Amino acid sequence: MPKMSPVPDDVSKGFWDACNEGRLVVQSCNSCSWLQHPPRPECYSCGSADMGWREMNGRGKIHGYCVMHDSRIRALQEHQPFIIAVIELEDAPEIKMFSHLPGTPVDDNVPVGDAVAVWFEETKGSDQKVAEWKVIG
Amino acid sequence: MASTEWFQADRYRAKEGLGVWEHKGKAAIAGLGNSPTTRRWDGDLSTSLGAWTMLAAQRALDDAGITKDEIDGVISCPQGMGDEWGAERGYFPAPYDSEDGLSGVSAHWLVKNMGLENVKTTYHAPGCMSTALVAGAEVVGSGEAKTILVVRGTGNMPGRYHQTPGDTVGGPQQWTNPWGWQLIPQIAFGFDQYCRKYGSNHDRMAPFILNQRRNGSMFPEGFYYQNRPDDLNLTVDDYLASRWICKPMNMNDCDLPIQTAGAFLITTGERARQMKKKPVYILNHVQQRGVVRSSVETLAETEEFSTSIANKCFEGSGLTAAEVDVFNPYDGFTLFTQSFLEGFGWHGVKHGEAHDFYGDDIRVEGSHPFSSSGGNNGNGRTRWWGFYDSVQQLRGEAGDRQVQVKAETAIAGAFTPQVSDWLVLGTSPD
Repeated sequence: MPKMSPVPDDVSKGFWDACNEGRLVVQSCNSCSWLQHPPRPECYSCGSADMGWREMNGRGKIHGYCVMHDSRIRALQEHQPFIIAVIELEDAPEIKMFSHLPGTPVDDNVPVGDAVAVWFEETKGSDQKVAEWKVIG
Repeated sequence: MASTEWFQADRYRAKEGLGVWEHKGKAAIAGLGNSPTTRRWDGDLSTSLGAWTMLAAQRALDDAGITKDEIDGVISCPQGMGDEWGAERGYFPAPYDSEDGLSGVSAHWLVKNMGLENVKTTYHAPGCMSTALVAGAEVVGSGEAKTILVVRGTGNMPGRYHQTPGDTVGGPQQWTNPWGWQLIPQIAFGFDQYCRKYGSNHDRMAPFILNQRRNGSMFPEGFYYQNRPDDLNLTVDDYLASRWICKPMNMNDCDLPIQTAGAFLITTGERARQMKKKPVYILNHVQQRGVVRSSVETLAETEEFSTSIANKCFEGSGLTAAEVDVFNPYDGFTLFTQSFLEGFGWHGVKHGEAHDFYGDDIRVEGSHPFSSSGGNNGNGRTRWWGFYDSVQQLRGEAGDRQVQVKAETAIAGAFTPQVSDWLVLGTSPD
């Protein structure tokens, strides 16, 4: 589903560059190893500004979802209704990302708890790719 | 008076462990005022937010039985919840020559245009009348000002609300907008998580929604009462058949954007006792600004936030859950209200029990008169009906909505479990 293109900034560039390279990363504190997503200028846990990136294995599970019928986002309105799922990473369950779960029927039976795998989808407004997820059972 | 500062962040009571509020009972709400309501602004300056905020403020003065000369402070939430009028549509002669007075009303705009010549203290509070009210409680409680107006004008311009155009997105929304994640999906997702954990479902919201509308049918200041009384006769079938906005949230779980203005007059307890109406003392004020771990607010975080709000309300006022007579938590999206009910444990409701409670007798005549205001769902979007009703209930002036149980204490707040501000009120300052 064609999405708005994120515009990277100084803090987010590492994440989005990795998406363009086909890698899923999460911001990691070089001082205390805290993982955080979305990324911030400093570590939320210890306050350090020495932040890096840790590569994830690209697997997760569906934590929950809702089905959007009337979005404010004009770029998505022609695709309504669509699923917005919350994905919990296998490597870091405290980290959550979003997915439209392409290929999954839009009904009341979205398989919460099922395993998903990341892929990288092109977006509408630029060459920037984003992390998306598909159910793998 | 050219501008106004934001109320100082360190003066909000945002942490647990602060003990009883040092100014408990020193400030009181002594006046209420609300303008008429309408669905949208039509460009008539007599119904602008500026004009209606002045009208609401005058009504609050009249309610207290004092004149504007006694006002020495104004606190405003300066922006409404709707979109801006926008310069492309053209502004008007002064004082309507900018957004100020049209899509929101600043404190200094009100001071200037209402001729409040003795005002020495003004502040702005972001986002919500509730935030301005807790700031007002602190300003009067601490003695910084003696008699103040707390106001908000909140409007609704022609056209669809808050549409988000474009094919690119930066800033914080770069993480959410590509998937369409915003506040509504967050709340719908949170409700789905709640139902999965506790074995409930959306249909079980119907008794609460219908009761909110019923309470709105007894609230003469409200939008539906004034403009759309037929919408207050919502049936279970109507509710269940209304279109999905973001399943499991339907249209009737969402409040209706409206154009209106409200004002609360806060003064010292001592001065309030000399004014026209029975004083309603402020026993505590509380702020909640929860920080989530990642991209979403999980159900565990929602429950943690609501519990913290309750802990702070109780700690600072000295009340217990069993001592709260009137309870008006926010309902602008109805699907998170159960979190407040359970977090406070009002009438003994525990986690997972709210929907059973909704099926009990929650009418204002009954023994569990939950949300006696009818909230935004029963009266249109303001975020202040709960405060308004709580004051009226404690005065014994709620008319057909007057609860039949004891009404000596009340708690009201808005907006979400993560971001909200609360007042604890009482008929006694102690």
